[in-house]
This record gives sequence, C-alpha cells and structure tokens, in this order.
Amino acid sequence: MTATDLLVQQAINGLSLGAMYALLALGFTLVYGILELINFSHFNIFMVGSFVALMALEAMGVVGQQTVMSGFPLVGVLFVAFLATTMFTGTLGVLIYRFLLRPLRGVKGPAAMITTIGVSYILFNIVLLTIGADAKNFPNPLPPIQWAIGGAVLRLREVLIWVIALLLMGGLTYFVQYTRLGKAMRATAQDPEAARMMGVEVDRVIMTAFFLGSALAGAGGMIFGLYYNFTSFIVGFNAGLRAFTAAVLGGIGNVPGAMLGGVIIGLIEAVSGQMIATGWTDVIIFSILVLVLVFRPSGLLGRVAPNKS
Amino acid sequence: MQPDTLLSFRDVNTHYGDLHVLKGVNYTIGRGEIVSLLGGNASGKSTTMKTIMGIVRPTTGSVAFDGQEIQRLSTSERVRRGIAPVLEARRLFPRMTIYENLEMGAYTQKRDAQFADDLDRVYGLFPRVKERRSQLAGTLSGGEQQMVAIGRALMARPRLICMDEPSMGLSPLYVEQVFDIIVEINRQGTTIFMVEQNAAMALSIAHRAYVLQTGHVVLSGTAAELRENPAIKEAYLGEMQVAPA
Repeated sequence: MTATDLLVQQAINGLSLGAMYALLALGFTLVYGILELINFSHFNIFMVGSFVALMALEAMGVVGQQTVMSGFPLVGVLFVAFLATTMFTGTLGVLIYRFLLRPLRGVKGPAAMITTIGVSYILFNIVLLTIGADAKNFPNPLPPIQWAIGGAVLRLREVLIWVIALLLMGGLTYFVQYTRLGKAMRATAQDPEAARMMGVEVDRVIMTAFFLGSALAGAGGMIFGLYYNFTSFIVGFNAGLRAFTAAVLGGIGNVPGAMLGGVIIGLIEAVSGQMIATGWTDVIIFSILVLVLVFRPSGLLGRVAPNKS
Repeated sequence: MQPDTLLSFRDVNTHYGDLHVLKGVNYTIGRGEIVSLLGGNASGKSTTMKTIMGIVRPTTGSVAFDGQEIQRLSTSERVRRGIAPVLEARRLFPRMTIYENLEMGAYTQKRDAQFADDLDRVYGLFPRVKERRSQLAGTLSGGEQQMVAIGRALMARPRLICMDEPSMGLSPLYVEQVFDIIVEINRQGTTIFMVEQNAAMALSIAHRAYVLQTGHVVLSGTAAELRENPAIKEAYLGEMQVAPA
C-alpha cells in the first residue's frame, strides 16, 4: 500500500466510525438543545442497542460469522433487527425521561445530570450481570463483497453503514426542519415558555427528543456490532465519550454540528491511528477538543451569542 | 356575571413559593372590549398574563373563559379554546423564519384553507411581514418583531389576545403603528386584554382599565374616567404611586 492508499483506507474507516459517532452525537444534541441536560445514560443506551441488535439477529437465526445472506433476506433481516433495536432503545430513552428525569424538572443544579450518570451505570451493570463480561461475537451476515480503490479496500459493510447513517440523518433533518412536531421541537429549544404558549405540549416534545435520540443511539450500537463484529458491556464508554466530544465539537444543541463533529472525530481517530499510533488516538482527539473549546467555546457550528433573545 | 363576559377572574390568588403575588384579584373582560391593565413593576401584571395562559396556576379562585372555568386546563387547551398571547419582549423564535413563527402561532389549528386565510389576513395587516417571511426572526428590528408577534397571535384564530407590554422598547413611530393595529384587530372582533406601561397610550385606545398595585386591584373604570382620575394623572402621567384604595 502506498501512503495515498493508506490515507484513502483510513478515510473509509474514519467515515464509518464517524457515521456511528454522528448518530450517537445527535442524541446528546437533541436532548441538550431542549433541556440543556447532558444525558450520560446515552452512553449505555448505545451499548444496550448493540446487544438488542445482536439478540434480534440471533433470534432470526443469524449467528456468528457462518450465516451469510444476500438480497432481500439480508435486507429484511437487517431491517427487522434495526426496527427492534431502535424501538427498544427509543422506548428505553422515553422511560428514563418519563420516570427518572421528568420528576426532576424544575430542580436546579446537577440533580438530573447525576441521575443520567446513575442510570448509565445501572444499564452497564444489568448487562454485565445478565449477559456477562466476555465480548460477544456479533453476527456478520453480509456477503464478502468488496471493491478496490487503488490499493485501498471498500467493503460492503462500510457502504451499508454509510447508507444507514445518511438515511437516518436525512430523515432526522427532514423531521426537524419540516414537520409540525419537528418545528415544535426547534421552537421549544429556542424558547420553551413561548413554545408552550403557542400550544406546544412541551412534555411531548421532550419525549420525542428522547425517543429519537435513543433510537439513533440504538442504530449506532447496531452499526458498532456490524463494523467490529463484536460487542461487550464496556463498549458504551469509548464510543459515548467520543460522540459526546463530537457533539461539543460541532456545537452542542446543533443538529448539523453533531453530524459534522461525528465525522471529524471518526476521521481523526482513523487517520491518527494510522499516521501516529493507535495508543495516541485519545490524546489527539481530546487535545483537539480542548483547542476547539479554547478558541471557539460554542463549537464549530454553535452560536457564540446566548441562545435566548 | 354579565352574559357577554369573555374572561373573568374571581378572587384569584397566586403564589411563587412563599411570595403572594395576586391577592384576591377580580377582572371582567367583556366580549369585544379592549381592557388595559396598568401598574408599576412587580404589581402582578405579568403574573396576570401567565395566569390566563396557564403558566401560573392560581392557588385559590377561578378563571373563566367563555363561561367555563379554565384554571385547571393546560396551556395548549387554552390556546385551542381561543386565547393567544403577545408576549413581553416579543419572544419570537429567533432562529426560525418569520413564516415558521407564524406557523407556530397556528400550532393548535388544523392546516386547512383557514390557515391560508389567516396568513393572508396577517400579511394584509402587515405587508412588511409578508416581504420578510423567509428571513430569520432574530434579524428583525424590535418594531418588526412586534408585528410578527401580533401576527403570530392572530394565527391561533383567537377570541382573546393577551398582550404583555406591546409598546415596550419600540420607537414612538412603531408605538403609534402598534396601537393602530390593536384597534383594527379589535374592530375585526377580537377582544384584547393588554398590560401596558405606557398608560397614556393604553388609555387612549382602551374601553376600560384596571390598575394593579402590589397584587391588588386598586382602581378600575372606563378609560375616560381613569384619564380624569387625579391619582392616575399623578402616578402614570407623572411619577408617583397611587395610594391603596
């Protein structure tokens, strides 16, 4: 492989990681945009999502690396697993809000944020105690199709990940920009009390944000499994922290910012792992975060001015 | 209660924690009226508006709209029944377009032919709003924002518009325009309940007014009566406070 091929290869890898981080970052941003709450339970909703996807695939007879499918059965199986995962994690997010965070609305200070950390640990430990500490093999039903780009290799799984991520991000953007509930969501993020006085049921908007964000985290978890071919109770922390970084880098509360931040973090991770050393990836990612925050505290696409007018 | 009462407060008390804000307040707003609420800072004017919209719930007493008690209803149900706010300091959604702000005003309404009619009506009243409909609301001047805020309230197809300080922060030229529009909207059949610091302006267009002081209604009457009241002249056309009645 030449240096160019390596760079192309890492760009392919980075875009795949970036797609996953972007989906996860969107959940942080949607909830933060409305509640100004950093939802740390998001880390492990992602992890739970990867297990739900694993179980859904296994329930359909897709186990380990032996089952290889193609055509409609493949699409069908992936679609069903995707629906099961996103519905499960979306509902989980709504339940967390409804029963654990809503009672804290109006409580000032870090109570709600601490609660999300607690919920995150509860999910983490439930999975550890019921499923176990060892990494689980994640099914890979994709046929081994790949294309050569110079010396670099583009596999079907990467294309699939990009397509899923683009469809989800496009869908979310459409939802937020053009639907009635999406507009209510933006209005609530900009001025909750004014939105309420327009007749918006703010609680419903918040639940929608939790549902969508958590469903996207579940989708990210499934992508994680498809990409790395394993999952474990521990995967939420690294991915979650990077996705959170991506959200802050893009400008937390900003939907396109989360997508951009995710892709940037994914590319940095892949390229720095290649060019420098994998061990230094975290140092590089978080140094960039610190630098961006020093020079542009509101993030790349964030607003510098306070968001209330 | 007279048969043509649209909104009434009966012995309404409100509290923020230990702070007693409205203290046994009574208002009666008749259908088709412009009623102004005057008072100094911290007199309970904004709390009155929030109590009508359901942002603040009365601890005791009742609020009735169109013959039915509404004090336990959600804000969205009140909007659906025909109460729309023009909020203090406009409170437009700054990063939404003017058109989207108007859409938010119509949030509780179905997207039918009436929506287009309402939009035409707002554009008719405010040609500038139409010109700038794809612009972000945050980029408008205060006066233009006030027009959008009034337009946004009209999009809810309200029977009662509650205005909180419609003239605040506007240049005299815009104040004049805003008050002309309020009169025009009222002539078209919408009842107006208006909190206003600019007592002279408010009394020039209102039919009746209440004067609120530290949570009590200390005076009420027709606008003509209040304009001639020496205490009002001193307090609102001058600087001093009205003595409690």
